Amino acid sequence: MDTCAQLVILTLAAGTPLVFAALGELVVEKAGVLNLGVEGMMLTGAVASFIVTADTHSPWLGVGAGALAGAALSLVFAVIALTLLANQVATGLALSLFGVGLSAFVGRGYISVVIEGIKPLSIPGLSDAAIVGRLLFGHNPMVYLSLALFVAVQWFLHRTRTGLVLRAVGESPASAHAIGHRVIALRYAAVLFGGACAGLGGAYMAVAYTPSWAEGMTAGRGWIALALLVFATWKPWRVLAGAYLFGGVTLAQFQAQAAGVAIPSQLLAMLPYVATIVVLAIISRDATTIRLNAPASLGRPFHPE
Amino acid sequence: MRIALEARREASRAAILLAPLLATLATLVAGFVVFEALGKDPVAAFHAFFIRPLATRYGVGELLLKASPLMLIATGLAVGYRANVWNIGAEGQLTLGAIAGGGLALAAGDAQVPSALLLPAMIVAGALCGMAWAAIPAWLRTRFNANEILTSLMLVYVANLFLSWLIHGPWRDPDGYNFPQSKLFTDAALLPNLVSGTRLNAGLLIALAVVAIEWLFIRRSVWGFEMRVAGLAPAAAAYAGISSKRNVWLGMLAGGACAGIAGVNEAAGPIGQLLPTMSPGYGFAAIIVAFVGRLHPVGIVFASLLMSLLYLGGESAQVNLALPSAVTGLFQGTLLFFLLAADVLVNYRLRAVRARPAAR
Amino acid sequence: MSAAAIPPEVRMRPRLALRGITKAYPGVVANDRIDLDVLPGEIHAVLGENGAGKSTLMKIIYGVVKPDAGTMQWEGQAVRIASPAQARRLGLGMVFQHFSLFETLTVAENIALALDAAEAGSGLPAKIRDVSRRYGLTLDPARLVHAMSVGERQRVEIVRCLLQAPRVLIMDEPTSVLTPQAVLRLFDTLRRLADEGCSILYISHKLDEIRALCHRATVLRAGRVTGECDPRRETAAALARMMIGAELPHPRHRPPVAGAPALVVDGLDLRPDDPFGTTLRSVSLTLRAGEIVGIAGVSGNGQRELLAALSGERRVARRNAVVLCGTAAGRLGAAQRRSLGLAFVPEERLGRGAVPEMSLADNALLTARHRGLVSHGLIRADAARSRAAEIIASWNVKTAGPEAAARSLSGGNLQKFIVGREILQGPRVLIAAQPTWGVDVGASAQIRQALIDLRDAGVAVLVVSEELEELIETCDRLAVIAQGRLSPARPVAETNAEEIGLLMAGSAATPERTAAARRP
Repeated sequence: MDTCAQLVILTLAAGTPLVFAALGELVVEKAGVLNLGVEGMMLTGAVASFIVTADTHSPWLGVGAGALAGAALSLVFAVIALTLLANQVATGLALSLFGVGLSAFVGRGYISVVIEGIKPLSIPGLSDAAIVGRLLFGHNPMVYLSLALFVAVQWFLHRTRTGLVLRAVGESPASAHAIGHRVIALRYAAVLFGGACAGLGGAYMAVAYTPSWAEGMTAGRGWIALALLVFATWKPWRVLAGAYLFGGVTLAQFQAQAAGVAIPSQLLAMLPYVATIVVLAIISRDATTIRLNAPASLGRPFHPE
Repeated sequence: MRIALEARREASRAAILLAPLLATLATLVAGFVVFEALGKDPVAAFHAFFIRPLATRYGVGELLLKASPLMLIATGLAVGYRANVWNIGAEGQLTLGAIAGGGLALAAGDAQVPSALLLPAMIVAGALCGMAWAAIPAWLRTRFNANEILTSLMLVYVANLFLSWLIHGPWRDPDGYNFPQSKLFTDAALLPNLVSGTRLNAGLLIALAVVAIEWLFIRRSVWGFEMRVAGLAPAAAAYAGISSKRNVWLGMLAGGACAGIAGVNEAAGPIGQLLPTMSPGYGFAAIIVAFVGRLHPVGIVFASLLMSLLYLGGESAQVNLALPSAVTGLFQGTLLFFLLAADVLVNYRLRAVRARPAAR
Repeated sequence: MSAAAIPPEVRMRPRLALRGITKAYPGVVANDRIDLDVLPGEIHAVLGENGAGKSTLMKIIYGVVKPDAGTMQWEGQAVRIASPAQARRLGLGMVFQHFSLFETLTVAENIALALDAAEAGSGLPAKIRDVSRRYGLTLDPARLVHAMSVGERQRVEIVRCLLQAPRVLIMDEPTSVLTPQAVLRLFDTLRRLADEGCSILYISHKLDEIRALCHRATVLRAGRVTGECDPRRETAAALARMMIGAELPHPRHRPPVAGAPALVVDGLDLRPDDPFGTTLRSVSLTLRAGEIVGIAGVSGNGQRELLAALSGERRVARRNAVVLCGTAAGRLGAAQRRSLGLAFVPEERLGRGAVPEMSLADNALLTARHRGLVSHGLIRADAARSRAAEIIASWNVKTAGPEAAARSLSGGNLQKFIVGREILQGPRVLIAAQPTWGVDVGASAQIRQALIDLRDAGVAVLVVSEELEELIETCDRLAVIAQGRLSPARPVAETNAEEIGLLMAGSAATPERTAAARRP
């Protein structure tokens, strides 16, 4: 039973970077913007948080820096794709390529640096008591943060007026503009929020999950987060479920390696990527569901007037 | 007063040509600022980055050597991009091409297969395997409607892991002191050198030939026309009875074939064996080349030279300025940003709008 | 045109006054020094043909578009309306021609979006029911918009405006989406509103409607005011002269000589690709050589799906459901059907009928790829260019030449080019969707005449349109599509607008009819 609790904790830990990144991108896409730069923003967030943590010895300061760095990079996307109306696919790709280069460049001196990261909660008498105690109180604080983010996003999209406006903008920016909503301003806000969330996802990896810095350490999680939105048909709770599913797959691969299964590690490491492809194909097959749930204006530039 | 964008009735041809030049200039200015900020003398840094790599015959050879795969892959990708088929997994298709071509070279081993037979076979095998790898996202898109951006990118990771497994496992050189690398190819499996005193090889000729074919394809062929229509106005393509599935297949396979050949050229050219990493990100840099070159064959040739120079500059900066070679990626990304930003001038003109006087 | 024509009860200070409003777009002056006064409680028509600048003027009033010059007064005070939100705060409401509704949201959510945060509270559904009951506009606040008919959607738009108790209500071409019967009900609602003191700006190009409804009319032509009158005292011909500067042209007709069936649709059932689309249910139709058959109906009743199934953009599982010139064509694609002799003028010009960024020469090639312009897979660029030049010359298309981009043409000129391109291919069957929608009077007369000439030359012509007058004027037989079902085609001479209107409303179970039944 104890290993069972441990497995749940590890699965949540492995899925959390995706929770952050995918929830952020969910808000971006709900506003009708497709930002393919998640991987770049995650890496930038990761390196920023790691550097700040290493220099200040405060991992939470690092987390803040990660969110800021992600948002700063997303601002570049917003200016080019929203104000200057560039192709969103190309701009997002550029952001990913740039983020990979930027993080490698900035992080060059920090590759083997050791930091004191954010540790899982350890409340005496609770976190170590029974299984329930461990399941409720034994996670990394950033895992709770990601769950709070989930609640906030769900509440924002479906219970607030601004959330309603955001969904309306994502469906038809021209109509939203015609009845007087500030489409571009709202899209800017959404993109910045998405950037900050991707930055948080990266920061979680660099200062809580591993904690370490390595070039390209997110290993495609930014792209998996994008696939996750299709899998989740743009619904927050399904994003959460999907993220933990992928967390479980990642974990299974590590566990199999640790257990000395006779499959070479490289082939096992393919698992999350192959799983993403398979899941994407299965979900996308139902074109009607995708059309019903995908924001109708996704990826299309909007120029008032 | 503020600046407003005003839609042009027709795309500006001048801006189409001007935007890449403007973007290059802006990238240079940005580089100047970055070097200054890093405490490097910008003039010396520019010299190290852009002039020194080209000062020798060897250096010019390197420029063309690195431009070849970029040119080749970008040309292949442009076929699809023109029709909104976004193959961004060329890096993986390149890897598969290298595996196929390299596998053939290793299998031939010391069997004295003549070069005239072995090399074409390697190139065909590389092209076929690159196409097969690209066919997966094409099939998933046409059959299941799965987004090819995500699937083709996922396959990059899979391809690289597969190569890594081969090099660490079955294909590892038994005499290689346990280093992850294959045996060296025999001379028969190496591309012939073009210019003595350089590493430039016949890969450049293949790339140029593909560029010429592409030029004919988009300028004259009805398929090229149909793919352009599909990219500009998908509804018009459906209305005119243009098959979107064929466009996906054509676009993905063209990119896969070119990337696969580029993989063979890397293995049989400057590397001469299989290593865990066969390319310094050519498959991704080629995406930038395709855009900066405006998806046009001639533009792609120039853009690939520019991008190649950024690679050489990065290496030179590492040696001469003690800057990490990652600065290359930074420059590449910046260039694409500036290009996309400058592109606004193609379809919009900037107009100064005076704030209207308040109501009297 | 005299001031005495205006009833005394509305002769007072204008509620809204425009002076010298000017707005230019690249290549066209949409509004040229326009003056307009709207009095309290009057129904004021803004009359003009397509492209006269009516919609631009309304968007300026509503704060969507900023004018280049000119001033506006509201209740005697100078105002500058910078946004729709400000317009609404002043007391302006607008019902758009192309609705600004969100398909995936409910009626209540749609309405809440257009209100200020304070008004959009929890009491909203009750308020919606209240207003809709008062004006006979039945609505269920919890329904999703995508499940509603076009007429119902218009009700949402109107109720959304009425909730803010507007003092000026702008209606932009409101009747184009309604059956003739529904138009009369709308007029009742508008008259009641006007009686309560609300001013109504009624934008239209339909002369009879304006004569029946409006107290005063301002006429626009090519961006300028060309007249002001009391439409109740003018003949349609006089209004037309003011609107287009000439008599309204009428096409020449000869009795039809219908030949062999050229296009036969037999029991076509089709589920839509689009989740918001309409399912076609056992649609049958026979179109003969040498006749024009029209399909009337309110948009969104299956026209899009039927056209896609006929053009081949959507293939049909059953081969014999569509028979084209004797060949079972259900499973053939658009290109193959074209080679059987089909030509098609789609509803959307830019982006479907033509590629906006491409030259006219390339656009001439678009649907004629296999008619002499391509050999051995290679394009004959010269042939494409001279084909485009031929269309431009014979249709008098106003453009810089074959190298001009399609998007640089005005709507009417581009439509002439597309119709010309399709006719030049020598089709045996021509399908035209909304052939004159948004096209100026001169061009639409030319297009209608061309369709009739084509019929006389023995071509089978199918016209799908929402403009009943157009169909009655050009067609030999008329069918009506409602909720994915097609009525049998009847000779035009044996039917009338009233009867067609009832068919357009569909069966007794439709919301349009229930709405009528519930009215007090």
